Amino acid sequence: MAAMAVMSANEQRLRQLLLQGLAGEAQAYHVFLKDLGAHVRAFLRRRLASLPDEIEDLVQDTLLAVHNQRHTYRADQPVTAWVHAIARYKLIDLLRSRSVREALHDPIDDDMELFAASDTEAADARRDVAQLLEQLPDNQRLPIVHTKLEGLSVAEAARATGMSESAVKVGVHRGLKALAALMGVRGVRGVRA
Amino acid sequence: MKTDDFISMLAAGVAPVDPNVTGNRFHLALSAGALGAVAVMLLAFGLNPHLRAASALPMFWVKLVFPAALGLVAVLLAQRLSHPGMRLGAAAKAWTGPVIAMALLALLVWMDAAPAERPDMIYGKTWKVCSRNIAIVAAPVLAGMLWAMKGLAPTRLVLAGASAGLLAGAVGTVVYALHCQEMAAPFVLVWYGAGMLLCTAIGAVLGPRVLRW
Repeated sequence: MAAMAVMSANEQRLRQLLLQGLAGEAQAYHVFLKDLGAHVRAFLRRRLASLPDEIEDLVQDTLLAVHNQRHTYRADQPVTAWVHAIARYKLIDLLRSRSVREALHDPIDDDMELFAASDTEAADARRDVAQLLEQLPDNQRLPIVHTKLEGLSVAEAARATGMSESAVKVGVHRGLKALAALMGVRGVRGVRA
Repeated sequence: MKTDDFISMLAAGVAPVDPNVTGNRFHLALSAGALGAVAVMLLAFGLNPHLRAASALPMFWVKLVFPAALGLVAVLLAQRLSHPGMRLGAAAKAWTGPVIAMALLALLVWMDAAPAERPDMIYGKTWKVCSRNIAIVAAPVLAGMLWAMKGLAPTRLVLAGASAGLLAGAVGTVVYALHCQEMAAPFVLVWYGAGMLLCTAIGAVLGPRVLRW
């Protein structure tokens, strides 16, 4: 009973934060991603007990997918169901590409379970996103570096790069999509025996 | 990069999201796809020269309503399948409605006909090409729908592709019906049905290859 109450309180809170984030409030969105990351980590830790090294990479994959696909959230839908479907999709993608079929025997279909636990203790990701960023072309990498890592506004980034403001926005958008694609290439992280 | 830094990066300078993006994408894909389908039909097959006379007959409208009803179901399915975690609900079974209605009508017509007329009601003059032609007319719609869905986030790729295929097949069939002169309900059930089924199957095969994200 108490667990159910915690879960639905989490649902309410995250939904509110996400809706604020979708409206462009960066601070609320930051809190949303941080909370969500903890839930996703706990969720994946139970699912990927046999592949502990993959967890943090997959947490980042999932958060990037949530970010890139955030326009597909519908306000009349539980956040839990939405995130669960994305996390599950990324998890199955990983398992499929590693052909770890055994892990699929664990039934992963209970939406609500996602918010039942939270794990803020982030291990180090094995794959370095900063290195993946290096692989992007300049017209995608520079807008991301300026607006997202150095904290410049779009206008400032446009001046610094000599690109137009809309080109900066498009560059960020495409760059993050390209980053998600790079993350999907499992060869990058190297398979450990 | 640590996950906390990664999160800060994602959240920095985040832009507001247009809530209508799904609807806009579907509209664009469907209108461009339908225009493409009409163009293919006119160029490859041509309009039914007796269209005006045909449109006075109820059966002409049945030929349009059967695929159109399936198309409506397919739009609902495609939208839900493009959004992570949306349940399919009643739409998952709603496609059986138009199929059963069409099957009943075809059966009635078939039972009512003299045995000698029955083969002609099923084969007509164009049974060999009908389903293939529908798939050709539907191709632009399928391309548009796959583009639209790829920009969203389908997580069940076979089903998502199949729903795009059914929608394309339905639109393609409505458009092809403006060329096709067959008027027997059994023919429509079997060969229009097979055309839409073919498109659905093509979509299901393409889904996992094209829609990954």
